[in-house]
Amino acid sequence: MTTGKRGSQRPSRRAFIGLAGAAAAGSLHPAARAQTADAIRDLGETPSDYGRPSPFEDSKRWSRAPDATASSSNTPLADLEGIVTPSGLHFERHHTGVPAIDPDTHRLTIHGLVERPLVFTMDDLVRMPSASRFHFIECSGNSAREWSPAGAPNVQMSHGLASCSEWTGVLLADLLDEVGLKAEASWIVAEGADAGLMSRSVPLERALDDVMIAYGQNGEAVRPEQGYPLRLLVPGCEGSISVKWLRRIEVAHMPSMARDETSKYTDLLPDGKARQFTLVMDAKSVITRPSGEQKLDGPGFVEIRGLAWSGRGTISRVEVSTDGGDSWVDAEIEGPRYAKAFTRFRSPWRWDGGRHVLMSRATDDTGYVQPTLAALLETRGRSTIYHNNRIKAWEVHESGEVTNAEA
Amino acid sequence: MRRRSSRLAFALLFVVVAARADDSEQTGLGSKPTAEELGAAGYTVFPDGKGLPEGRGTVSEGKAVYQQFCAACHGRNAEGDEAAALVGGRGSLTSERPRKTVESYWPYATTLWDYVRRSMPYESPGSLTNDEIYAVVAHLLNLMGLVGDEDVLDRESLPKIEMPNRDGFVPDDRPDTD
Repeated sequence: MTTGKRGSQRPSRRAFIGLAGAAAAGSLHPAARAQTADAIRDLGETPSDYGRPSPFEDSKRWSRAPDATASSSNTPLADLEGIVTPSGLHFERHHTGVPAIDPDTHRLTIHGLVERPLVFTMDDLVRMPSASRFHFIECSGNSAREWSPAGAPNVQMSHGLASCSEWTGVLLADLLDEVGLKAEASWIVAEGADAGLMSRSVPLERALDDVMIAYGQNGEAVRPEQGYPLRLLVPGCEGSISVKWLRRIEVAHMPSMARDETSKYTDLLPDGKARQFTLVMDAKSVITRPSGEQKLDGPGFVEIRGLAWSGRGTISRVEVSTDGGDSWVDAEIEGPRYAKAFTRFRSPWRWDGGRHVLMSRATDDTGYVQPTLAALLETRGRSTIYHNNRIKAWEVHESGEVTNAEA
Repeated sequence: MRRRSSRLAFALLFVVVAARADDSEQTGLGSKPTAEELGAAGYTVFPDGKGLPEGRGTVSEGKAVYQQFCAACHGRNAEGDEAAALVGGRGSLTSERPRKTVESYWPYATTLWDYVRRSMPYESPGSLTNDEIYAVVAHLLNLMGLVGDEDVLDRESLPKIEMPNRDGFVPDDRPDTD
């Protein structure tokens, strides 16, 4: 029922792909064959070494600054189904580019307030007891444009600095057990092997809880943009603390007060004080279909779909409104419901062809309810940048076009 | 290993574990680094000065380093250009347009040292010597009025610098909405 902007605004796309395919050297491109849909009796492609999406699909990450200065890209959430983000569409945020690291030479050193400093090769880490867990990662700057009522025009721009993968690796608690903690240990400081040696401090209590050292993502090696060959994964917490290209962990008596936990990723309040180590990403949800820049092609049945997540646990409830928040109905939570992971919600709706404002509101298993923008502004003022988990509204117009709505 | 298949095995395990002075969950994987390897692995600088290396730098030396490596992006007087302003902004944090600079916002001078060492200059991080880092930090703190023209910064003096916003941070007290 919904068609994306790309479909409605670029009617020649399939023809273009077909031409591009036909021009490819040697073989007939499958997209070119599809132009004569009723005559597909030609033999298909032979197996390939690494499969790619159909040439009819063009899901892409989006970058605010698509040039050499770019340091982030957003996941096309509206294109996704289920709870897993394909690895190649996982959002990116890096401060000094993506390093190319040979896993054979990569080492993880754990030292500091430990009984036995140790150096681990990738082989060592893969030999250790492993765990696989679904977790979202969300940049705490996600939805930063949503502090203004106008907000971003589509869900990729408004919420796309969040993604969810199945991560595989070693529990940090197991590694810290290998090195043995000294009594004064109270924090760990993680360091990446990127050009700027990105570094963040993690409270020891959290480090010993569910933090992972991940080498696997969605069944294969972690992608380079996500920290290949090794990344820290601090479930439920702001993305920057999940240090990528992890090379060193120093067990310490205090946080290092690194630039990215003082100057950045702190939250300035109206009284001039700033909250620090605001690690947890609070419960949040967003409708991905219908969402901004999509178009409904006529009245009738529409399944409202979206994603919800909480850094404190599982999603216990998602409510959906089609009248700008005057009334709410419980959405169905369908599919897996893991802690600190994307959770898919769906709600049947019959569009009457009129103007409607669609909203979703998540509640997690601590009882926390996703707030409105007004509630966030009232408590935090207008100077915070990070941790915007406001209720997001989309407006369906009589034309079927969907835009950002002033909530 | 925890099934206690025989008392002997369990006793042997206990001996092995006791030798590593910890409980029975260890794999023994990973290797012990030499002191040299450990030194090369890297380090962290902490607010109390732990981790700061030998070296020293003066304000005047730092001015030269700054002009050579930093001014092109941060401005001639660290007032900001392509890259962030480093000085100024004191008193602005409660205003409608807070100016969060090293001077107005950063709680620790050691963070400046640590960040310059890690990540600056942007195009060639890691290229400054420890003396150059002490010097450029001294120059910046001098621009902020936090060290005198003749002061020398080193591992002893740097952690003693009190930044203006030292007490400007509070713990996370969320959830903060009803």
